Amino acid sequence: MTELTTVEQILERKSHPVIRDASVAPTDDMHERLLDLEAKGEIVLQRMKGDFVEFPTKYGRMKKIPIEHTWHHKSCGHCGHIPGYASSILWLHRQFNLDYHDPTDQTSCTGWNYYASGASNAVGQAAVMSRNFAAAYETGYFPMIHCGTSFGHYKEIREQLVHHKELRDEVRRILDKMGKPLVIPEEIVHYSEWVYAMRDRFKERQLVDMSAITATVHPACHYYKIVAEDAIYDPEIYGGQRTAVVTALLEKLGVNVADYSTWFDCCGFGFRHVLVQRDFTRSYAVLRKIETMINEANPDLTVTHDTGCVTTLDKSQFAAKAHDRKVGVPVLSDAQVAALAMGAHPFRVVQFHWHSTDWRPFLEKLGINWQKYWDEFQGDLDQIRAGTKSGVTWQDADTPIKLQSI
Amino acid sequence: MPTTIENWNPGKAVDRHPEATYEDKERLFLEVKNDVRYKDFIYGCYECGICVSACPSARFYDFSPRVIAQAIAREDVERIYDIITEDIWNCAQCFSCVRCPRQNNPGGLVTILREVSLKNGLQESKDALQGYSRVIYKVMLKGNQVSPDMLQPDFFPDWGPWVQNFSQNMHVWRKAIPMDSIRGLTDVAWRTDRKTLLELYTIWFESGNMDIIKELDESLYDLLTDVMNEELEEG
Repeated sequence: MTELTTVEQILERKSHPVIRDASVAPTDDMHERLLDLEAKGEIVLQRMKGDFVEFPTKYGRMKKIPIEHTWHHKSCGHCGHIPGYASSILWLHRQFNLDYHDPTDQTSCTGWNYYASGASNAVGQAAVMSRNFAAAYETGYFPMIHCGTSFGHYKEIREQLVHHKELRDEVRRILDKMGKPLVIPEEIVHYSEWVYAMRDRFKERQLVDMSAITATVHPACHYYKIVAEDAIYDPEIYGGQRTAVVTALLEKLGVNVADYSTWFDCCGFGFRHVLVQRDFTRSYAVLRKIETMINEANPDLTVTHDTGCVTTLDKSQFAAKAHDRKVGVPVLSDAQVAALAMGAHPFRVVQFHWHSTDWRPFLEKLGINWQKYWDEFQGDLDQIRAGTKSGVTWQDADTPIKLQSI
Repeated sequence: MPTTIENWNPGKAVDRHPEATYEDKERLFLEVKNDVRYKDFIYGCYECGICVSACPSARFYDFSPRVIAQAIAREDVERIYDIITEDIWNCAQCFSCVRCPRQNNPGGLVTILREVSLKNGLQESKDALQGYSRVIYKVMLKGNQVSPDMLQPDFFPDWGPWVQNFSQNMHVWRKAIPMDSIRGLTDVAWRTDRKTLLELYTIWFESGNMDIIKELDESLYDLLTDVMNEELEEG
């Protein structure tokens, strides 16, 4: 009979960092099964080429994170509504001359739609994922997923494909029509895991002092709640009790990370709600997240690592002013913060002008003269309007702004 | 009907939707039960309420992931029909509920319930998705869930004056993004190859996805099939 855990044992366990042992993980690790399926010729298992680093996941399995030669599976919400999120991820790669591929042979995972409407099915969703992975495999680059929902959705579909032969057979039948094999990468990697892996190198190139900034972190539900065992945990961050991504980066950059009681709550996105029933989204984002953060931590900024979370937390704040709610916390992704720390142009790269909640006080607190860079960016726009410039390019954006090294 | 020893059905719901027959309700449940993922999502329920304590929708609606897990575990056909017609669209699909100690996945069950509801053309689901068709059109045809040109003041008045400012500057702002794959595009999030889109259309037809769209919105179905078939025929 299993012995009951005492309160003293729980308190003792929480008094020091948790080191997980993968051999006693409470969930099944399907990576062994992927190897079996590969050996049987049922799937093609794509492996990383070149450098990778390994970090512990929730129950101790070591997860491989590629450093370069990555195929950037873009996010609908980033590219459609927060383009500075995606451009910051690629800008960071470019600063270190890391090889990457920005594909046009990629569709949305369509997971946002599925979670919003249910207007698809298991076969359709698995086939969309597998088509994208096959497209990445054809290029030789390893998939890096930008969207938290795509990441979670793909992890769940991978489990379904591993466990259900009938699903694999059906997806393979559809892929055959396109001449594509059923490819599953050896790891499903979220960009924020790469940011976590690169944080020491970002620190070495940091130009902007962030020690005056207090930030709260919103961990994205679909990153660490769906297939929970496949998210990065670090004994040094929250004692290994919460996912380490985002927080580890901010601490490395010298940001004061402040805690708040509703960290586990979702942002209120709701998938369907944010598009057609935003009363729920606004209320949840403001009452359970932003206002709680202000009451308990009074942050200069809140940082997250998913598309929907940035949009929801940022855009929901305006209407709440009408009800005299406490709002006014700008929202950024970890990649945007890292890029800003390394001197990315606030508008050509980070694209602050796509964010609603007033970000000017935050930039001023960092000592960045946003007006100067806004004027510079307006010059770009004037040239584009006049037809003398086709657009802002990496040539305009690659060079960090001129700041004193700290 | 008064409860007697003959009709007492402990723990199971009474018929609150007489407009549907028990046989129809049972058929819907069996569709849910026959989904390939069903056995991965329900293992029984302790009734501990951990899922409810983590659920954002439970704070704002009369909604309970625990009731969903219980009803499914008990195969309570009447209660499941109540859930399909009254509750499923309140779920935020955040999957906070998967911290269940029995490893149930109430959010995943909701996904299956929604799918079955759409396949069977339930009016409650059509109502919940009113105004959403343009998003389905975008994602199925263009391969992106959202695009810059969807950010119009009429649709997002609660996002404040930023939306007005954005829509006035959209074309020039989109050109001022350094990524080649998205620069200058307003009707899609990123540039997608034609071959890629044809492969996506093939998936929608071959996976049975279009049958769901037909039940949901026949006009949308006609529009999508016309465009997709024409593109596929051109190759």
